[in-house]
Amino acid sequence: MTVGQVLLVAVLAVPALGAVAVAATPRDRAARLVGTVAAALTLLAAVPLVFGGRGWVAWSAGAPAVRPWHQLDLPWVPGLDLRFHLGVDGISWPLVVLTTLLTVLCCAYTVWRVPDGGSGRALVALLLVVEVGILGTFLALDLVLFFLFFEVVLLPMYAIIAGWGGADRRRAARKFALYTLFGSVLLLVGVYVVVAAAGTADVVALTGGGGLSRGAQLAAFTLLALAFAVKSPLWPLHSWLPDAHTQAPTVGSVVLAGVLLKMGTYGLIRVAVGVAPEGARWAAPVLGVLAVAAILVGSLVCLAQADIKRLIAYSSVGHMGFVLLGVATLTATGIQAALIGNVAHGVITGLLFFLAGAVKDRTGTGSLAELSGLRETAPRLAGLLAFAAVASLGLPGLAGFWGEAFAVVAAVQVGGPLWTTLGVLAAVGGALTAAYFLRLLRQVTHGRPSPAVGGVGAGLAGAELTAWVPLVLLALAIGLAPALVLGVAEAPVDALIGVVHP
Amino acid sequence: MNAVQSVDSVALLPAYLAAGTAVLVLITDLLLARPRATVVVAALGALGTAVASAGVGAAGDRRTFCVGADCSWIFGGRAALVGAVVALLTLGVLGLSAPALRAGRSPVGEYCFLLACSMTGGVVLGAAGDLITLIVALETLTLPLYVLVGLRRGSLASAEAAVTFFVVSVVATTVTLLGAALLYAVTGGLHLDRVGALLAERPELRDLPLTTAAVALLLVGLAFKVAAVPFHAWAPATYDGAPLPVAAYLSTASKLGGLVALLAVVQRALPAEQTGPVLAVLAVLTMTVGNLVALRQRRTVRLLAWSSVAQAGYILAPLGALALAAGRTGEARSAAYAAAVAYAVFFVVLELAAFAGVTALRPVGADGGTLDDLRGAARRYPWRSAAFGLALVGLAGLPPGLAGLFAKVTVVRALLDGGAGWLALVVALNAVIGLAYYLRVTAGLWASTTTPGAAGAGGAVAVPLVGVVAVVLAVATVAAVVVGAAPQLVLDLAGR
Repeated sequence: MTVGQVLLVAVLAVPALGAVAVAATPRDRAARLVGTVAAALTLLAAVPLVFGGRGWVAWSAGAPAVRPWHQLDLPWVPGLDLRFHLGVDGISWPLVVLTTLLTVLCCAYTVWRVPDGGSGRALVALLLVVEVGILGTFLALDLVLFFLFFEVVLLPMYAIIAGWGGADRRRAARKFALYTLFGSVLLLVGVYVVVAAAGTADVVALTGGGGLSRGAQLAAFTLLALAFAVKSPLWPLHSWLPDAHTQAPTVGSVVLAGVLLKMGTYGLIRVAVGVAPEGARWAAPVLGVLAVAAILVGSLVCLAQADIKRLIAYSSVGHMGFVLLGVATLTATGIQAALIGNVAHGVITGLLFFLAGAVKDRTGTGSLAELSGLRETAPRLAGLLAFAAVASLGLPGLAGFWGEAFAVVAAVQVGGPLWTTLGVLAAVGGALTAAYFLRLLRQVTHGRPSPAVGGVGAGLAGAELTAWVPLVLLALAIGLAPALVLGVAEAPVDALIGVVHP
Repeated sequence: MNAVQSVDSVALLPAYLAAGTAVLVLITDLLLARPRATVVVAALGALGTAVASAGVGAAGDRRTFCVGADCSWIFGGRAALVGAVVALLTLGVLGLSAPALRAGRSPVGEYCFLLACSMTGGVVLGAAGDLITLIVALETLTLPLYVLVGLRRGSLASAEAAVTFFVVSVVATTVTLLGAALLYAVTGGLHLDRVGALLAERPELRDLPLTTAAVALLLVGLAFKVAAVPFHAWAPATYDGAPLPVAAYLSTASKLGGLVALLAVVQRALPAEQTGPVLAVLAVLTMTVGNLVALRQRRTVRLLAWSSVAQAGYILAPLGALALAAGRTGEARSAAYAAAVAYAVFFVVLELAAFAGVTALRPVGADGGTLDDLRGAARRYPWRSAAFGLALVGLAGLPPGLAGLFAKVTVVRALLDGGAGWLALVVALNAVIGLAYYLRVTAGLWASTTTPGAAGAGGAVAVPLVGVVAVVLAVATVAAVVVGAAPQLVLDLAGR
């Protein structure tokens, strides 16, 4: 095995073994520390995946459209066309690093504070299992394996929401599980539509259509796009998201918004568009219209939200709308915008949920009506909240800008009345995003301190800073140097576009 | 033709052993009158039957009782699989019954004898090559169960369950027999392969109204045995009234037997154009109704019963692909049969684990109780609850219950290979409905018991874990994990 293959296996094996170790450690706090160490080791294994294996620069005709830097291909269940085929490239690597980073931060945060409901040990173990599922989804280069990892996430996440969530957690968790399973069973059928037609489940071989007939591609794309639309989520299949995000404990919301949703958009790019490009071209206008509807609906609903966590949750619907719009354009610019939008949303919304959780923990309420004047009593927390909100609304120079701006640019570049209108409407949605985040800030940070805010101390715990600072720095870094993400993604995206528009 | 048939006793070895076990159990009970010895003899007999089935089957097809090319006893790969699985299930059920038997809830000798008889039926069923052997074997499998269901002393529910089961089953058998008789009237053959060949060669026979009636009656009669909707109504009442281990046997070995019989006639005797649409409709109805009604259940065993009705739908689903021409090509057909068998094997492993979980979490000799009785059980019994939870999640078809996931994957794949995408979608959507109730039971195990009045397994009275039940639960869980990690084992066996 090469170093790259060892790292690939380590990225999945370390958190999996970590979860077992956490469950086996008798003392609660020690177990949480063990979990954090395992998560940190996973991050250390994920980062160096970027080195080596990139012996190619430009796309050349004849080569497969997916050229992983490292890959590992072992047989597992030949009877079901299932191979244990992992690989990483420029499209998946940023998401892998993001996932491992957010998991470390969440585990570290849990060492400091365990939400009510259950033992911290179990929570950390579940976080690690969720991490395995998400990373496996990003790394899988076999459709059936992809589906398998897609499913792994479901129950642990359900348990996190149902075990440690807010007052209405059971209903929210059940809704999450049923919606998500609805998506993944469509994925299962979609995957086997492809496998039955092509005779292989290898993503590398299948990307570009792999000789699928038009009918098979349309059927496959419809099923796969629906499956990923539930996960992303795309309006009107989004209604599980606000409940789940609002009821989940802070770390659960961070993982949900930060990386879980990205499984949907990543799947759309890698699997749906890659495997059924003709289907993608056929469905692109519908996808674009729904994405813009998501942006507008998400923003308008946000304007009327009365709860801070719910507002941030709904803002995800809008942000993911931009990402999906980028994908729907099927241009290099659009897909690049989607990828960087994915990462930026993960960083910024992860941060926002951490901050909203901190506000809620301190004041005991998430209701915007009861929050005001936070900058008087807790200026640093208010400042961070302002930073995150401004980053999220897409201020140039911060991470959120690139994804949204280039999604609009890509839509306008495609041209024609439909796409130009979509671009303009998306831009309007961007303005609405600014409106609701500024409303949030005015309400929460400005004005006279409300009774709930009055008793809040100014200090921030060390663990909180540890969890937040990396995200603040990343939001700045990606904003100032988008090449961090785009540099590695450029070649694979060009290769993908090359097969989508032959 | 030779007047004296040569009998291949090696091929019959598993059946000899199974029947021998029954006789030996009876004799042991009479002569020694020591319950422990009786149970041990039954267990060893079941184990021997399983080993013999696997051993004989591994050597390739063995045929005997042949008239010309048609044989009444064909012991091949599938017969070996069915024989071994039924024998192992019997062993497992025997283990689950041990505490109740020790407590004197049922007469030990009779109980073990009946169970061994039923096992004999299951072993013979897999190898049956003609309609008479098939139906007699199926009845041998079912008959002892009428008594076993009613064997809980002093329980009215148990007696009611036995009568329901008896009446429904007898009607089903008559219907099956009538179907077989009509089929004989049409073709003049009883051997499955011969009937199949005749119907394939002479299309005019297929178009006879009598043939259609025969096919319909045969299918309906066998559908009763697998508890397929609309012939399912006996199952929930019977399961709930029966002692827990017998309910486990009904929903695993007995259901497997029904499926094997159905598969035998569909695969070898009946024309696929006629059976396909019927089976597709049965499958869709069975899984949908089973899942929807299971949503409303409050009693554990009733919920498991309805869920096993739904699972029968998934088992039948691959056969529904025969409804379309694309599903009737040789390759698609064998894939569909293999998928049905594979699903059934994954299912019985998980179902046995689930019933073992319920048995382990309930007091000795108790029935399944309500879902509230199991609420919060995990806080008190983490290991048993984890195993039970794993089985339930597996039945729902989700990781970490990989066995169930691969089972669903197998079915969906077979359906799509057979061009029945719509049926694959129905299966997939049903899995979502299924999750709703499996999740309710599983989440209930870990729920807090702070609500007043919820003093069940998590409540005041401790439930001691009996060693044998623990072993059965552990072995079933390990088996589920193993076939989940290496599903190819099951797929290979099912495809033979």
